[in-house]
Amino acid sequence: MTYIAKPKFAHPNLKPNSLGYTRRDYEGSVSTLCAGCGHDSISSAIIQAVFELEIPPHKIAKMSGIGCSSKTPDYMMGASHGFNTVHGRMPSVLTGANLANKDLVYLGISGDGDSASIGLGQFAHSVRRGVNMTYIVENNGVYGLTKGQFSATSDKGSKSKGGEINHDAGIDLVGLALQLGATFVARSFSGDKAQLVPLVKAALLHKGPAFIDCISPCVQFNNHNGSTKSYDYVREHNEAVNRMDVIVPRNPIHVDYEPGETKTVTQHDGSILSLHKLAEHYDPSDRVAALAFLSAKAALGEIVTGLLFVDPASQDLHDGLNTVDTPLNELHDKELIPGAKVLEALNASLR
Amino acid sequence: MERTSTEGPDYFHKVVDCQWACPAHTPVPEYIRLIAEGRYDDAYMVNWKSNVFPGVLGRTCDRPCEPACRRGRVDEEPVAICRLKRVAADNKDDVSGRMPPSAANSNGKRIALVGAGPASLTVARDLAPMGYELVIYDSDPRSGGMIRSQIPRFRLPESVIDEEVGYITDMGMELRLGQRVDSLKGLLDEGYDAVFVGSGAPRGRDLDIPGRKEAAANIHIGIDWLSSVSFGHIEKIGKKVIVLGGGNTAMDCCRTSRRLGGEEVKVIVRSGFAEMKASPWEKEDAIHEDIPILNFLSPKEFVHENGKLKGVIFEKNHTVTDDKGRKKVVASGEPDEFHECDDVLMAVGQENSFPWIERDIGLEFDQWDMPRVDEITFQSTRPGVFFGGDAAFGPKNIIWAVAHGHQAAISIHKHCQGQDISDRPPPMVTLASQKMGIHEWSYDNDISNEDRFRVPHLDKAISLKDVKAEVELGFDTRIGYKEAQRCFNCDVQTVFADPLCIECDACTDICPVDAITFIENGDEADLRPRLTAPALNLTQDLYVSGSLKTGRVMVKDEDVCLHCGLCAERCPTGAWDMQRFILDMATASPICTK
Ligand SMILES: Cc1cc2nc3c(=O)[nH]c(=O)nc-3n(C[C@H](O)[C@H](O)[C@H](O)COP(=O)(O)OP(=O)(O)OC[C@H]3O[C@@H](n4cnc5c(N)ncnc54)[C@H](O)[C@@H]3O)c2cc1C
Ligand SMILES: Cc1ncc(C[n+]2csc(CCOP(=O)(O)OP(=O)(O)O)c2C)c(N)n1
Ligand code: SF4
Ligand code: SF4
Ligand code: SF4
Ligand SMILES: [Mg+2]
Repeated sequence: MTYIAKPKFAHPNLKPNSLGYTRRDYEGSVSTLCAGCGHDSISSAIIQAVFELEIPPHKIAKMSGIGCSSKTPDYMMGASHGFNTVHGRMPSVLTGANLANKDLVYLGISGDGDSASIGLGQFAHSVRRGVNMTYIVENNGVYGLTKGQFSATSDKGSKSKGGEINHDAGIDLVGLALQLGATFVARSFSGDKAQLVPLVKAALLHKGPAFIDCISPCVQFNNHNGSTKSYDYVREHNEAVNRMDVIVPRNPIHVDYEPGETKTVTQHDGSILSLHKLAEHYDPSDRVAALAFLSAKAALGEIVTGLLFVDPASQDLHDGLNTVDTPLNELHDKELIPGAKVLEALNASLR
Repeated sequence: MERTSTEGPDYFHKVVDCQWACPAHTPVPEYIRLIAEGRYDDAYMVNWKSNVFPGVLGRTCDRPCEPACRRGRVDEEPVAICRLKRVAADNKDDVSGRMPPSAANSNGKRIALVGAGPASLTVARDLAPMGYELVIYDSDPRSGGMIRSQIPRFRLPESVIDEEVGYITDMGMELRLGQRVDSLKGLLDEGYDAVFVGSGAPRGRDLDIPGRKEAAANIHIGIDWLSSVSFGHIEKIGKKVIVLGGGNTAMDCCRTSRRLGGEEVKVIVRSGFAEMKASPWEKEDAIHEDIPILNFLSPKEFVHENGKLKGVIFEKNHTVTDDKGRKKVVASGEPDEFHECDDVLMAVGQENSFPWIERDIGLEFDQWDMPRVDEITFQSTRPGVFFGGDAAFGPKNIIWAVAHGHQAAISIHKHCQGQDISDRPPPMVTLASQKMGIHEWSYDNDISNEDRFRVPHLDKAISLKDVKAEVELGFDTRIGYKEAQRCFNCDVQTVFADPLCIECDACTDICPVDAITFIENGDEADLRPRLTAPALNLTQDLYVSGSLKTGRVMVKDEDVCLHCGLCAERCPTGAWDMQRFILDMATASPICTK
């Protein structure tokens, strides 16, 4: 919590993007979260990604539920659309909004409690339906807002700040997302923006459900010894499988990795994901292998991060439903009420 | 890079751009905060301790602090540091009770001071409380040096000079006014323990061109003419006046002429407008008083009829660039221009002159006939004779004269105590945390977005009628407060404690100016361009931590830090703290101002 507004003065060399906005123009109100919260770093990574992708703020819909993590849409892109749903219901409201207006970029922001506890069913169905969205879980392993109870992603055997041991098995949202058919799955860490920013960019450009499980230490309730989601623990156990650069056709960047170490994936919109391999043999286009790799590493206590799976030929809910090109909210009475004759013909075709 | 060492006074001092740039190292943000709090007496005394003439300087200082001010690098204009000083001077109560008391007893040492300008007066102020017997000589009838004789009253009222010169002379010293020193040897023979030469640069340059002698009655040397005006010997000038020269003296000459009957007053300069030596605000003020500034014209001949001045012929110039890319003003070959006038004021330069110093008394002069003076001790090659102000290294300004005076006083004191004068006392520095609560600081860390405020002026019609009517009216307390709020408090330093940092990025994310980067270390040239906001201003330091847990280092570019303290507010571990840096320059006597 900070009492003064963030000063409007910016670095004099801060460059605007092609829309004329600087990164600072994508900020929201000042965070009211605890100082040092991982969630704030994720907000800042999202701001950076949206700025670099040059998305007009009014083309973004920020959707969230309840929790510290779910408060963060307020701290980014002040000029975007936003909706705070009741606890765990963000996926349904996002699905509805997306059905009504598929022209916006949907950014779902949730917490491990919001998505893995009360909202688990909602999460599952939005992913399996293939809603075109970027779904980020700011995963701190606790219910931060309600003062640090274990959440459903807490690892079995990890310790709370007060010393209790978690007896329940932790839900791995990445594994779930893979099983449920997400076409873009990644894990990252709030303390590693070099990895996180390109992942958010790639997810925003991806068509279909793009899921990022972002470990985000809760400095207040879950950053102690015995936690598996503290800054120190995550840094010690982080196994990054790859590093990525996102190349947008509009503004190509130069990437210089040794040949043979880089794999490129071209997404439906022409954006190229240039993946610099860190773990040998890891292939992010193989869903089954990804699941196996993750389980093997999890058993060793390692936290696998990076782009874990991507299907460049993905489709989304609108493809499945075969909706018209025009967003539904732009259809007028003329198209929606075609008249008695058309109804008659339709009824006749069904007889 | 190595971990930045903040030991010693310099690292944090440099961060306070204004204080670093001020020759006397006035604690600017400190007095600006006091003004914001309405503590004008305290603000005045902070100034008085460092720069001795706050009321004078708050109106006339050359203000090297302002181009250096950090705010000028993120906002259109710097803080109005100089005019805030005046707010303190104008709004204080009687501070005479806070002045150091006169020494009860003499310490037995006698010092002669030549000249009663700001340099000598500063020496006198610093030495008087310790019981030195001071004798000040000045050929002028009144004390103050060029503050009194040159700076026109419409820029600096007499009452301000009387007050601030008075604080010093009231401390007990002997003034021998109207008494010129004609021989340094003679003075030394009187047995003084030390002599301070603060005689200024009293000679105005002349122009040796045709007609100069014949038309002498209407051709005046600018500084002589100005002092005659100041001392009431001249009260009128012709209707048409030409001022030759482009420095601040020329600006004072032309504006004074406008007030003494000059209706068509022109400033005519050899160079281009941009290359003129006058401060931008002085030029602005002259133009505002309907004084045209004509450029690229060199005076060639004074035209007269039987000794009666008629005008001046000018040769036309233009700028050429030589093969080394240097610009030079040379004659353009175009036809000459004639400008009619009744009087000419020559403000084409000012020089030192020491006809009264014998060349055989062990006091060496250099090839330009300037005394050899040590830049740190201000001692000449004759032990016990010290120089300062314009007399030391040529004409500068009041604040430099004051800064020299402080240093010379230290030397004189050490000399008289038989100590090594090259052993200089260091400034006192302290750092104190400003943290009051989780998000509360004992300074106002909110950043004002206001543009620089303009100082209101007296109505032109009124001010042009009276050479003594002060043009600038000064900020009132309300605007003074608002202008004070524009200061970033650069003396409240961001101090980083490596072992506490958990590399959570909170400080990087919140910093409005991208000053903080966590990054793989490298040498300075490698690091600067790699920072989130590349650190391209090489005059500003990088503040670098030791190696952190991830092997990276924290690098903070001091350049445009707003000192808003948000990094420290967002830091979960207190690795950042905001600490007030106080730097107290050493003076000969510990000036106690209560
Ligand atoms: C027209 C004009 C305007 C200026 N405006 C400004 C301004 O706005 N701001 C600013 O900062 N600076 C200004 N200056 C410069 C400033 O006045 C000087 O730099 C400053 O006064 C120098 O101080 P000083 O103590 O070295 O010497 P001075 O102020 O020059 O004082 C020297 C004194 O020594 C006396 N003296 C000289 N020789 C002898 C002798 N042999 N015996 C006895 N007495 C002697 C002189 O009469 C004089 O009073 C201006 C200068 C001029 C000419
Ligand atoms: C229906 C309902 N049940 C319970 C709560 C209480 N509640 C508020 S936030 C929260 C958990 C949030 O945890 P998470 O999503 O992980 O967010 P974090 O604060 O950790 O970022 C709970 C249980 C609620 N607000 N609404
Ligand atoms: S902002 Fe204030 S403290 Fe900083 S340089 Fe300017 S006047 Fe000095
Ligand atoms: S005080 Fe801290 S947050 Fe504010 S500008 Fe300086 S480094 Fe950035
Ligand atoms: S906020 Fe504090 S702990 Fe976090 S990175 Fe900055 S200095 Fe380190
Ligand atoms: Mg949580």
